[in-house]
Amino acid sequence: MKLLGLLLLAAGWIITLAAVVLLKTTLERSVFVMSGIGVEVLGLVLAVRAHQPPKGERG
Amino acid sequence: MTPATALCLFFVFLVPLAPAGLALINTGLGRSRSAAHAMLASLSVMAVAAIVYFVCGFAWQGSAGGPAQSLQVAGKQWSWIAAEPMFLRGRALDGSSASLAVLLQMLSVGLAALIPLGSGADRWRLGASCASAALLAGWTYPLFAHWVWGGGWLAQLGVNYGLGHGFLDAGGASCIQALGGLTALAMTWILGPRRGKYMAQGIPAAIPGHDAVVVMFACFLALLGWLGLNAAGAMLFTGAEPGRVVLIAVNTTLSAAAGVLATLAITGVRFGKPDVSLCANGWVGGLVASSAACAFVMPAAAVAIGLVAGALVTLTVAYIEWPLSIDDPSGAISVHAAGGLWGVLALGIFARFPDSIPGQWLAQLIGIATLLGCVLPLTYALNWVLNRFYAQRVAPEGERQGMDLYELGAGAYPEFVTHNEEFTQP
Repeated sequence: MKLLGLLLLAAGWIITLAAVVLLKTTLERSVFVMSGIGVEVLGLVLAVRAHQPPKGERG
Repeated sequence: MTPATALCLFFVFLVPLAPAGLALINTGLGRSRSAAHAMLASLSVMAVAAIVYFVCGFAWQGSAGGPAQSLQVAGKQWSWIAAEPMFLRGRALDGSSASLAVLLQMLSVGLAALIPLGSGADRWRLGASCASAALLAGWTYPLFAHWVWGGGWLAQLGVNYGLGHGFLDAGGASCIQALGGLTALAMTWILGPRRGKYMAQGIPAAIPGHDAVVVMFACFLALLGWLGLNAAGAMLFTGAEPGRVVLIAVNTTLSAAAGVLATLAITGVRFGKPDVSLCANGWVGGLVASSAACAFVMPAAAVAIGLVAGALVTLTVAYIEWPLSIDDPSGAISVHAAGGLWGVLALGIFARFPDSIPGQWLAQLIGIATLLGCVLPLTYALNWVLNRFYAQRVAPEGERQGMDLYELGAGAYPEFVTHNEEFTQP
């Protein structure tokens, strides 16, 4: 889960970079950049959940 | 030295007040039994960051127009790392703008390295925090700062792809604040919560800071530091004219003011009374958010930026503590990561330029994506590897005793005696 979260974070960034390089219009770039950030948010959520201590074993 | 350079030097000399303020905030929001440790760690981290930045950090960050390694991508140059000599060799430290930029960076990298200390309070070993600061000052910070301030690919988004003026950040909302805040997030993941912070059902216990007066005084120091940081950064990295420093100072002050007022209002409504530590965080959150756009927006926009920052900090502090179960004693993740990212985005929303080239907001979004998708995994991986070789968290006995006694052998307040019975008995 931790690794998957971090990989999704990196994957979102790569989508963003690809959008800048491969696409031409501002609209296309905007859609793909925001999609990339969406993937990053998903990765962040996964990473946060993976790092939560299990209930009953906290602190 | 020209009058403009002298003015810039004055602002650079104000910058150390920002880390001084942050160090006091981190210490005041921590426990009294770790106070000396927190201050010593702040000083040590600043020292390590300055030395490492001198050795190799500047060589990899460089300055715009300097030697750099570039990739050829679809016919465009992507400058990804500088190739300056190490140990500042060949760099004239003569009072020129270029030399002032080196000095400002040396202080800025210390500020960035200091931010995670607040999140790791009461459990982060001194030696490990210094080693982590070395990684930040030697690799993470120079790499991202090259992309933004050293003529790297983010700064070139405007020239290469017509996205506004490229990624812009006058005072370091991204390079310093968001980078430090995301490193703080990585450290809270690696260190885990303090003992006793979360009960069996995951409900957080309140562990209040030990000195609210120091925290509030530190807010005043931080304002002076940020005035210097924003003004000097805008002059050195975005070419702001000396005449703009008044606008920058007004915007910085207004943003901090709006941040603390938003926090006052929200905590007042939510808890019935204003919360001191959250108000301090709201003030610093306003300062953090002001950094990116301070030279490019009108004062009314600065107020809006500060209001959103104050609200964002207040709400995320509570959300991060519970239900996300991230133990961040100083609120550094909310203040510096969330506040910094908002500041970067706010530039794209509110900034107005005479030539009005479209796409500035998209360039800012790409910068945010880079912070989340590259800087966060990178800083996490570096600190995770460090943790494998050199445990970052103190032993349970150290947490029980307090970091002062366990790591330093003496407390910050040797004459401080608590009389629990006097306070608890009617």
